[in-house]
Amino acid sequence: MSVRDELSFRNSWFAVSVGLTLVIFVLTALVGLVLLPYAQPDLKFANLWDAICSAAGVPRASPEAAAVAPAFKLSDVVLTSTTFAHPSQESIGRGATLAQQCAICHGPTGVSRADSPNLAGQYAGVVYKELMDFKTGARSNAVMTPFAANLNDRDMRDLAAYYAYLPRLPAYHPEREVPLPKIVINGAPVRGIAPCGSCHGSLANKPGSPWLEGQPAAYMEEQLKAFASGARHNDISQQMRNIARAMTAEEITQAATYFASRPPDENVDPFR
Amino acid sequence: MPNSKRLILAHFWLAFAGFGVALVLGAWQMFVRSPLHPWISDPEWYYRSLTAHGTVMAYAFPTLVAMGFGYAITEAALNQPLVGRRWAWAGWWILAVGAVTALVPVALGNASVLYTFYPPQIGSPFYYIGVVLVVVGSWFWVALMSVNLALWKRAHPSAPVPLAMFGMLGGAYLWAWTSVGAALELLLQIIPVALGLKSTIDAGLARVFFSWTLHAIVYFWLIPTYVAYYAIVPRAIGGRLYSDTMGRIAFVLFLVVAMPIGIHHTFEDPQVGAAFKFIHSAFTALVVVPTLITVFTICASVEIVGRLRGGRGPFGWIAALPWDNPIMLAIAFSFVMLGFGGAGGIINMSYQLNMPIHNTQWITGHFHLIFGGAIVIMYFAIAYDLWPHLTGRPLLDLGLMRLQLWLWFVGMIVTTFPWHWVGILGMPRRMAYFDFTDAALAPEAVSVTISVIGGLVLLASGLLFIAVLLRGHLAPVREVESYRFAEAVHPPVAVPAALNGYAVWIALMILLTLTNYGFPIAQLAARSDTSVPPVYVGAQR
Repeated sequence: MSVRDELSFRNSWFAVSVGLTLVIFVLTALVGLVLLPYAQPDLKFANLWDAICSAAGVPRASPEAAAVAPAFKLSDVVLTSTTFAHPSQESIGRGATLAQQCAICHGPTGVSRADSPNLAGQYAGVVYKELMDFKTGARSNAVMTPFAANLNDRDMRDLAAYYAYLPRLPAYHPEREVPLPKIVINGAPVRGIAPCGSCHGSLANKPGSPWLEGQPAAYMEEQLKAFASGARHNDISQQMRNIARAMTAEEITQAATYFASRPPDENVDPFR
Repeated sequence: MPNSKRLILAHFWLAFAGFGVALVLGAWQMFVRSPLHPWISDPEWYYRSLTAHGTVMAYAFPTLVAMGFGYAITEAALNQPLVGRRWAWAGWWILAVGAVTALVPVALGNASVLYTFYPPQIGSPFYYIGVVLVVVGSWFWVALMSVNLALWKRAHPSAPVPLAMFGMLGGAYLWAWTSVGAALELLLQIIPVALGLKSTIDAGLARVFFSWTLHAIVYFWLIPTYVAYYAIVPRAIGGRLYSDTMGRIAFVLFLVVAMPIGIHHTFEDPQVGAAFKFIHSAFTALVVVPTLITVFTICASVEIVGRLRGGRGPFGWIAALPWDNPIMLAIAFSFVMLGFGGAGGIINMSYQLNMPIHNTQWITGHFHLIFGGAIVIMYFAIAYDLWPHLTGRPLLDLGLMRLQLWLWFVGMIVTTFPWHWVGILGMPRRMAYFDFTDAALAPEAVSVTISVIGGLVLLASGLLFIAVLLRGHLAPVREVESYRFAEAVHPPVAVPAALNGYAVWIALMILLTLTNYGFPIAQLAARSDTSVPPVYVGAQR
């Protein structure tokens, strides 16, 4: 029997098997598309077509009113790992000039003596995002907000490029090694806390996450507490707020002290 | 028998070497995430190992076994030398190069995305290109199986195709079509992003494409086992196959109902409509039909042997079976594991019952019991049965073979039953460590520890298997009788065309793919708002 004869409805095997298959398909489709939507009392449909579309997976507008807007401004910065790659010398130079106004807190070489973050060698994307968030109000601080209000987008990109260009913590010598706390190395799986290093560097780095080694312990502790209380809320999708809320006060101190005691990582590319 | 012994041995040895390495990784994974080991300091190592384990065990190992077994059957069942042996070697080399290409970036930690890819995670492009090469290499095999049978049919018009060849060819066609889903996912979605040509990926559509492959691939793994049930077991234990026709019907049914059911893997995915989940669930239920046909036919064949050996009464024939024969042990163990695994599978395919165990260790337990247990133990039996014909040297270690099969059976039960149990307790899968000191997780610690012991038993059994085969190469050369397959009680004389070829069933397989996958794929592909930026794995340290 040729293939053409086999695939003809005169071939009873073909006719019966195709017929049976289609009957099963039509029956299951009727149940899935019509019967099951109406079998769910909490689902309301305008008409049969509406029910069929819903069951088929066509997205429908939510019957509820528009989503509740948060009471505060969200961060609207978009970063990829290539946003700040290859800055121009001019950009770095402009950034250096602008950075003179930052030196009083962040240090003339980007290394702070005032428990402000060390910016030398920080990821350009991180510096840019925080400046932008201060300007838009997604993050607020009595000192930083007025500074950022006067910066335009180019100023912020130049500042970010300049600080990324500076060598990291040149004069830094850690006093003593603090033992690696469990909350840093493993997080806490039951509480949904990932290891710090899965975003902040030792395991992987995600765009927008700063490296933390050698940053002032007081600053990091304060920020974790601000995330936990919700006073700081410019983290995307509440990533840090969810983590900080689940951390104990002791774990916050441990993590901050540990990272403050670490020498900087030599392998970081601040422009990636 | 086989003229292409070197070719077939090359397939089996590449398969078993990979299996041995992946088995060590699997045992290590079970150990490090158990209460017997402190938490691993870098979970990436766990996922790296898991990716390698899955890639080898799911893509390379069963594909190579099916290919080697398929070539052996082509020559032995059709009684003609393999046509296109050079192409077969080309396929083997492409597969081998692909496996290495895929596993080097995995070993370097640049592709710890797990073997099911999980976009929007994106690893090194070499990983995906390597997997594509593995699939392309296996397509050579599909073509050769088809061509060799076509040549045989031309020389033997209207003769019934031997059942072993008929079954393997069904597996080849099923693989050819089901691998298209993952190929589309890789070529259209993942590889362009991995190469930096695209900056977003539709993870939902990618998952639907993968589900096209993900369930039927299991039946592709299963086909060599079913061919062994029908074509090796009755002969090896000294009996006859109860029904040749039942075997043909089982194989054609697998071709039809294995494909349009993959969406039961995405029951919790929001991008697929509830109706299609129901349709796929209903078709998944139909898969029990070819399996029950097979269980019935093989039990009947085995019962014939028991009664011929003097067994009496409703159960007396079981005691009379040749239990010192490794193949007898293998089929019995395989059926027990198939029974438990199949029952678990019926739970997975039921939408509501699936909900409490979805993404838990239950699923890991399920597919290890079915694939690692019921299917792989018959791969061992296939190797034991074929080895003397491939090496020209008999396998003399019957005791070691029995011990190996016992260890594999006991090890698999001890590994997977606690896995199922902790899954019911809610233990998630794909975790590098668990906080067993937490009150909610503490009751799971004992079960996890027991399953580690099972894993070590499996490791011992796997290494023993490789040792038995290696010793087989060192045994003295002896005249080995020609290889033959089980004969049916009523050997087929005239078979309807529909049960002697696959035209009707391939048509149905494609038709059902269109009905069951057409709308979900078209709907997601047409939307412009479903893509997200990728999450690069291992891009920076």
